Amino acid sequence: MKFLLQRFAFYLFTLWAAITLNFFIPRVMPGDPVSSLISKNQGRLTSDAIHSLEVLFGLDKKQSLWDQYIGYWQQLFKGDLGMSFTFFPTPVSEVISQSLPWTVGLVGITTILSFLIGTALGVGAGWKRGSWIDSLLPATTFLSSVPYFWLGLVAIALLAGPGSWFPSSGGFTPGLVPAWDHYFIGSAINHSLLPAATILISSMSGWMLGMRNMMVTVASEDYITVAHAKGLSDKRVAFSYAARNALLPNVSGFALSLGFIVGGTLLVEIVFSYPGVGYQLFQGVQAYDYPLMQGIFLVITISVLVANLLADVAYLLLDPRTRKSG
Amino acid sequence: MTRVLTRPLLEIKNLDVDYGLGDEAVKAVRDVSLTIHRGEVVGLAGESGSGKSTLAYGVTRLLPPPGVVSNGSVVYHPPTGDPYDVLNLSHHELRKYRWAETSIVFQGAMNSLNPVHKVSVQLMDAIKAHEPTSSKASRLARAKELLRLVGIAEDRLEAYPHQLSGGMRQRVMIGMALALEPQLVIMDEPTTALDVVMQRQILGQLVELRERLGFSVLFITHDLSLLVEFSDRIAIMYGGRIVEEAPSAAIYRDPKHPYSEGLLRSFPALRGARRELTGIPGSPPDLRGMPTGCSFHPRCPKAFEPCSTDLPILGKPDDHVGEPRTVACWLHPVTAG
Ligand SMILES: Nc1ncnc2c1ncn2[C@@H]1O[C@H](COP(=O)(O)OP(=O)(O)OP(=O)(O)O)[C@@H](O)[C@H]1O
Ligand code: SF4
Ligand SMILES: [Mg+2]
Repeated sequence: MKFLLQRFAFYLFTLWAAITLNFFIPRVMPGDPVSSLISKNQGRLTSDAIHSLEVLFGLDKKQSLWDQYIGYWQQLFKGDLGMSFTFFPTPVSEVISQSLPWTVGLVGITTILSFLIGTALGVGAGWKRGSWIDSLLPATTFLSSVPYFWLGLVAIALLAGPGSWFPSSGGFTPGLVPAWDHYFIGSAINHSLLPAATILISSMSGWMLGMRNMMVTVASEDYITVAHAKGLSDKRVAFSYAARNALLPNVSGFALSLGFIVGGTLLVEIVFSYPGVGYQLFQGVQAYDYPLMQGIFLVITISVLVANLLADVAYLLLDPRTRKSG
Repeated sequence: MTRVLTRPLLEIKNLDVDYGLGDEAVKAVRDVSLTIHRGEVVGLAGESGSGKSTLAYGVTRLLPPPGVVSNGSVVYHPPTGDPYDVLNLSHHELRKYRWAETSIVFQGAMNSLNPVHKVSVQLMDAIKAHEPTSSKASRLARAKELLRLVGIAEDRLEAYPHQLSGGMRQRVMIGMALALEPQLVIMDEPTTALDVVMQRQILGQLVELRERLGFSVLFITHDLSLLVEFSDRIAIMYGGRIVEEAPSAAIYRDPKHPYSEGLLRSFPALRGARRELTGIPGSPPDLRGMPTGCSFHPRCPKAFEPCSTDLPILGKPDDHVGEPRTVACWLHPVTAG
């Protein structure tokens, strides 16, 4: 418990540092990109919107830095991240909350699936070396070493396009209204298959290889020999003794990869023009949409920190040796 | 200490164990025959690398790859029923045989416990694997009893291995080895990581348990002085072969093989796992290039003319009368057959 509280305090500190950095970056940027954008959009912005941008980017030069800082935090706590220029006049928080479910849905689910399938295959390959599962490895390793960008484009060129069942871009059929009905959900699933498959292919073998090698390492441990000597069933030795220990290093890796769901999806979403956070970040960067970029970086920071905390909790739950201070 | 022992429990016959195949193979155990009788403590001694652990692994079919038993048999005599060769058991039969008939405490007893499971789980899963219909309560009761047997407080059942001291872990392993009341317990240097006082204490307890429960023990160690004290018979291994086998007192009083003599004269260090043998000059043989004849001849102070060319066979020396004992040395010629 004490350990977790320490970690939690550390992550809070990191969050504070990241946000403070976020506060200073626009203030030291040369030129004044945001105010020039504001003046370009003169007349389209309400005075409230201008005010919130001034707070976020420190345009109000009359205020002291300290007062700016206080105002910045107050505004963050209200959830006001300013106005997006790309998706004018939608507030950044709304833009992000529209795209986040797509990213979490596609990349979140595939990250979990990739971990589960890769780990299961790794257990099989490492436990029965030389079996058919083991012989998959060179193929999956090759696929994972192909740059993702290229893999996605090849998948689109070969499988998507006119007359194909796989759509090549978007998150759902244009014209459908997002709703919880079977048209929309069916279309969303249909659109996610190709990107999901490419993510699985490129990320699964990492888990598989890691798990296989850990299984091989663990298999030579004394306690595995003891488990065999005790006459335990193969299944119990493989899972409760070998896999259970081999999993430990992979679990924290998995928790960390959950943190990169939001930040690491740029390529997937660009290749498939998928309406998630990564694609939006891409659009935001092209349009110098500083408020949107700042908002997304904030979300990425938070998700990485939460994932780190998850990794700590998982380790604590799975490895009794870390529970010493109980 | 010595007793009349007639009924065999485990007969190892002409066992060869190699690591690897073909010309590259390391011949770690050669032509070993050794019989363990019911209720007997047999000691196995020899320098590091002489093949003691390999023999134990071979007998229990736990050899890590690339180890293979290339020749011989291991005949087990169950309390009831016909004897059978352990090396011929099917996968399923072997699983039933293990731990219930022969259990083993490994050299690495420090790492023999799974770090992620509680002691209770690891004691109980062995019982469950062999008595699937037993109730959880009865298994727990048995686990408690086992800990009590080896002098550990019951509440340690809920401990994880890292919460136990090294000595406690080894006691747990010894308790675990007794979980199914096996006929034979093989102990491969179960006490090397402990200090001498602790070693004696554990061994004393073990011999006492043996008297009560009636199992046999194959006890493996570098430390011949320990064996002389605790075992009925002692076999000495050199370069993968047994070079002498005799009742403990006889070996102590009158070692016939010059290597046994050297082992007896060497002083084990007070503490620590690896021991320098001060009584014997030179170093153990390289298994890849074994000396011809008696493999001990380059180091033997008494080597003479036949030693470097002819292999002495293990058998009862012609000049010996009294308790059965065997030796493989040209100083004590054996008439074959
Ligand atoms: N996995 C392996 N592959 C190849 N050779 C091995 C392997 N394990 C052991 N050996 C060799 O077999 C020989 C016997 O080893 P073993 O472990 O049986 O000796 P030991 O008598 O138990 O020694 P110690 O007292 O140090 O435990 C050694 O020469 C060792 O180098
Ligand atoms: S056979 Fe020769 S070399 Fe070998 S132990 Fe006997 S005397 Fe020494
Ligand atoms: Mg050994």
